[in-house]
Amino acid sequence: MDIIIGLIRNVLEEGFIYGIMAVGVYITYRVLELPDLSVDGTFPLGACVTAALIRAGVNPWLACVIAFMCGAAAGSVTGLLHVKLRITDLLSGILVMISMWSVNLAITRGSAVVQFYNEDTIFTSGPAALLKGDLRIWRFLILAAVVCIIVKLLLDFYLKTQSGLLLRSAGDNPQYVISLGKDPGSMKILGLAIGNGCTALSGSVLAQQAQSANIQSGTGMVVMALAAVIIGTNLFRKLRFMKATTAVILGSILYKACLVIAMQLGLPTNYLKLLMAVIFTVALVSNNMLGGRRKKQNVNPNKI
Amino acid sequence: MSIQTKSETGFVSLRNIYKTFNPGSVNEVVLFTDFNLDIVKNQFVAVVGSNGSGKTSILNLLCGSLPLGSGEISIGGRDMGRLKEHERSKFIGRVFQDPSKGTCPELTILENMALADNKGASFGLRRGVNKRRVDFYRSRLELLKLGLEDKIHLPVASLSGGQRQALALLICTMAPLDLLILDEHTAALDPRSSETVMELTERLVREKSLTTLMVTHNLKYAIGHGDRLIMMHRGSIVLDVSEQDKSALCTRDLTDKFNEISLEDGN
Repeated sequence: MDIIIGLIRNVLEEGFIYGIMAVGVYITYRVLELPDLSVDGTFPLGACVTAALIRAGVNPWLACVIAFMCGAAAGSVTGLLHVKLRITDLLSGILVMISMWSVNLAITRGSAVVQFYNEDTIFTSGPAALLKGDLRIWRFLILAAVVCIIVKLLLDFYLKTQSGLLLRSAGDNPQYVISLGKDPGSMKILGLAIGNGCTALSGSVLAQQAQSANIQSGTGMVVMALAAVIIGTNLFRKLRFMKATTAVILGSILYKACLVIAMQLGLPTNYLKLLMAVIFTVALVSNNMLGGRRKKQNVNPNKI
Repeated sequence: MSIQTKSETGFVSLRNIYKTFNPGSVNEVVLFTDFNLDIVKNQFVAVVGSNGSGKTSILNLLCGSLPLGSGEISIGGRDMGRLKEHERSKFIGRVFQDPSKGTCPELTILENMALADNKGASFGLRRGVNKRRVDFYRSRLELLKLGLEDKIHLPVASLSGGQRQALALLICTMAPLDLLILDEHTAALDPRSSETVMELTERLVREKSLTTLMVTHNLKYAIGHGDRLIMMHRGSIVLDVSEQDKSALCTRDLTDKFNEISLEDGN
């Protein structure tokens, strides 16, 4: 029983941590309809920045905020390449992703792994220190959930503001943004900044959980985040009362659960990335099939 | 067939416009050579013409969605030449042929109106929909007589083409405008919806005394609405009748003229 509870705790912990990234990618992929590959580079960016800052004695919560800002800056670069230099969205993402490798190495001063055991993290200091006794083993889950839910609530709030409504229009109908006298390109850059900021924050929290940052931790993050977004938004599409950001976090938890179940059933670790790709493919294909059906329902010849 | 005297500049003016598509290639098409058009303030101009006559290109040149070859475009005394499309939108409102272009389908009616209401201001972190304006939005929607005032929380995607176009027109005229551009805005609608939208157009244009440029394929609308009618052919104005002469003009005359120029093109 303890093992099962331990596994569930583990799934929820990681689900929430990657959920932070998933809500960010929801902004770029679903709201702006941009497939953003720079996520693979900005996730370890967040981790490396955090490791460097925590080792320098910076407050871990402040490190989270700085990680977010670094991610946002990298995301703006993707946006600028795409919008101002007219490079396709996929290529702009790849360019930033590949350049982040060097940036991350520069931050870690050339080492692939930076450990910061015994340093304060958000899981050991500040509010987390109040969790004592039996609650101690739950502190990772509690803090990951708290950070994830704060990010989700802030995004929900943002998407209802004037700027947020404009961002949603930029993805849906850029011409409408133009008629409002605004440049849809700037909104795309802003959206990519938010998306990659969340991704870097997610990397930062994961690094603090592991108390080490690994510059290779970004591999497969695009796939993981997109899978969470697609699984979440598809499974819970029918539930009108549920916000898309909530659905995406649940998608992230479900996705993690699939991976953990597969590992528990004896899948060798080496096949993990393959499994990630397979689950993503299944999610994409079912998305297309469901999406196709939905489209047909929407077209009502009497209404045009 | 009077073309304006070039000395006085209109409220909206296109001067010495040259536009060539695909210059230097085998597909080179010269559309405008020294094209001039002036529209006085508060005038409602209807433009007709066959496909490829340059009607829509004029709209695109005005809005900046098509780069200008050479010439000068000014609206309300402001030179538009250097302004980008979204910068010109501050002075121009445009309703497109495609009803889905004038609104954001994913947002609700209320959110769409709130966005349009904020046009020209900065889009910051204030709440998108100002609760105190909701009653005003409702009263504007009541003008449409489509019952949309009771559906303000529905996404625009769930509306019909006619409802969307009526909403687009309303949204587009919410902020003060120097020029309203109607780009075949009834062409994609069924006859009943297009009547409704055309009626609404007439009402809004008159209510706000908007300077309006309407491109249409419907000769009846071109005669029935507006203070001035222009027929275009191969990038130049072949007919330009003002209000007095227009009342004498019937659909038949216009159709004959239209057929005459269409025959030249062999279509």
